Amino acid sequence: MPPCNVRGGIFFLGSKMTKMAQVAEPLLKVRGVDKHFGAVQALYGVDLDLPAGKVTALCGDNGAGKSVFTKCISGVYQPDHGEVFWDGQPVHIHNTRDASRLGIETVYQDLALCDNLDIVQNMFLGRERLSRYLLDEDDMERAAAETLASLKVTTVRSIRQPVASLSGGQRQSVAISKAVMWNSKLVIMDEPTAALGVVQTRQVLDLMKRLRDRGLAVMVISHNLNDVFEVADRIAILYLGRMVIQDDASKFDRQRVVEYMTTGGKGMKAAAN
Amino acid sequence: MAQPVEIPPDPTAAVQAAEAEVPPELIAQSFGEYVRAWAARLRGGDIGVLPVVVGLVAIMIVFEIISPNHVFLHADNLVNLFEQSAVFMVLAMAETFALILGEIDLSIGYLGACGAVIAVQLVQPVTTGWPWWAAIVAALLACAIAGAIQGTIITRLGIPSFIVTLAGYLIFNGVMLILLLLGPFSGYPNLASSDTNVQVLYNMMAGTIDPTISWIGMGVVVVGLGALMWFGDARRRRAGLVAPPPSLTLLKIGLIAIAGIVVVAICNINRANIGVLAGVPWVVPIVLAVLAAWTILLERTKYGRYVYAIGGNAEAARRAGINVALIVTIAFALCSMTAGIGVLLYASYIGGMSNNVQGGQLVLFAVAAAVIGGTSLFGGRGKAIHGVLGGLVIGGIYNGMYLQSLDVQRIFIVTGLVLLAAVSIDALSRRGKVSGLGLTRR
Ligand SMILES: Nc1ncnc2c1ncn2[C@@H]1O[C@H](COP(=O)(O)OP(=O)(O)O)[C@@H](O)[C@H]1O
Ligand SMILES: [Mg+2]
Repeated sequence: MPPCNVRGGIFFLGSKMTKMAQVAEPLLKVRGVDKHFGAVQALYGVDLDLPAGKVTALCGDNGAGKSVFTKCISGVYQPDHGEVFWDGQPVHIHNTRDASRLGIETVYQDLALCDNLDIVQNMFLGRERLSRYLLDEDDMERAAAETLASLKVTTVRSIRQPVASLSGGQRQSVAISKAVMWNSKLVIMDEPTAALGVVQTRQVLDLMKRLRDRGLAVMVISHNLNDVFEVADRIAILYLGRMVIQDDASKFDRQRVVEYMTTGGKGMKAAAN
Repeated sequence: MAQPVEIPPDPTAAVQAAEAEVPPELIAQSFGEYVRAWAARLRGGDIGVLPVVVGLVAIMIVFEIISPNHVFLHADNLVNLFEQSAVFMVLAMAETFALILGEIDLSIGYLGACGAVIAVQLVQPVTTGWPWWAAIVAALLACAIAGAIQGTIITRLGIPSFIVTLAGYLIFNGVMLILLLLGPFSGYPNLASSDTNVQVLYNMMAGTIDPTISWIGMGVVVVGLGALMWFGDARRRRAGLVAPPPSLTLLKIGLIAIAGIVVVAICNINRANIGVLAGVPWVVPIVLAVLAAWTILLERTKYGRYVYAIGGNAEAARRAGINVALIVTIAFALCSMTAGIGVLLYASYIGGMSNNVQGGQLVLFAVAAAVIGGTSLFGGRGKAIHGVLGGLVIGGIYNGMYLQSLDVQRIFIVTGLVLLAAVSIDALSRRGKVSGLGLTRR
């Protein structure tokens, strides 16, 4: 990605060039994001591009800052510095509502669903449909069923069962489908397959591919390199709060990813020299 | 807000719980399947209202057998029992708002009593002489404001509801005593009066509705409710949405109709020793109105959905964009307002207010009634109807033991044991998912 200022470019270039610049623009572009908690600097000037129709895997060792970065773009935290561009426009995401208004939906590693509510209730939580001041349960149930069917999430017995009764994979599927139902453009998932069995992981990975095929931008955090190489079109690697590399997945092999995750690529550079 | 620890979901436990926790009407297609699914759920520990209904029947049978001259099931005693229970029912419905959130409100006994004193004082002809409806509105408004203040302290300062409302318990006990001493009533403002305006409050509990009108009113309610249930379920079945089988809908409507007929028939029996006293007491429609209002609010509105969501997972609710502090504050206001209705019924029952009102006992019975009825102490689960059923259980024990001329200490012990049993069932049905009593959250 050339480090030129595209907005400046738009200002000076002709209309034809403007269109081309917009097409090349990733859906979400993050530049120079810093974040600290007290004395702990969690992120140092992080840059990242998330193009539409691509799965971007964000890798990094424990404590690298992946979850913090995710929360900075989903409105849970405010970055200290840095810029965020959405479709090329600078935006400020102050809270999770701002993020969902843009079309950013996050499937959190923790605390995503209310166990005591059923699938329909969870999928519409915070955005219930009403008819004459009362909840329009029929309409919501129909829409939820359609979304689940279109994503081939068919293993649940009834969409009126509480999510407490679902398996881990089903819960993740519900959380992800919820994101799709809101016509989101970017879905962020923080370790969606941690704690899942083989079959359930399969379900979730397939679901990610379906989102990508629908033209959504997907960012997935994962420790599991099998998963990463299976679904990712692009790989970005954080090391101690710094973005050390981001490139097409085809440019990586396992060893290279592990190297960047554990040393930040110092070893690679030494080898190259 | 502290960053929550990252807990990976436990898929094995969820799978094991699955069979038991799926509400049977959601997976069953026919009546037979429904019954089997329900039995499976019972075995799995998800209990619903069955234990409390069984308990109620047991209480009736036992006390009818042992009561002197078998007076327990006499019409006059049953109506009296309902009137005694009504206070517990309404207070339990109040407490349900706090319990669903995983919180508790210990202040509602004395806070509700303050509301009742305000209403009783305001209607007194020799002092303010307010019309009864204005006095009630003022009383309930005062309760709601006091509840909102407690809710604000709980949410904005992050102090556990247990502590804030414990302080409220003492504060409102004091406020009640001060309010009682206002006016020339020596601390005993009462409702026994020839003034028709005052009599409205006096008759809230035991004043009767004409027997014929009782029948008509019951018919309208049952037919209306039955039609709503029948056409609603039929519409959902036609649309291919999750709905119970028609036989089950019919069974539910039938049970409601039978309950309505039995209640009105019992109330219409003459229960006076001399003269005539018959008809449904006003407290019945009042309790039903509170039940209907809070059932619709909790189960059919956005607000109610958010209350359950916060009780289930406050952090998930917050991330869904829900204003958690506002919803919780409103819940405490509604809780206190409902408590005002409850203690107002109590004032109507004893014919006034005095410093004999046991606000501490009332709140404990309210929590007990809600939990006995099936509301969870651990948050996320509970309904207004649970308060009504649990209130009947407590009223039944109270009344039955009173007929045995048992001392109040025995009544306390038995009620406490029943509460302990209900809480144990609640805790067991959660099997390891226990979190806390609102003491550690937020
Ligand atoms: N709320 C917080 N307060 C203080 N420090 C935090 C907070 N959240 C994360 N951190 C710190 O930021 C760093 C990155 O954490 P995180 O993003 O969770 O790592 P991971 O890449 O494993 O998801 C860690 O050093 C962590 O201790
Ligand atoms: Mg993390």
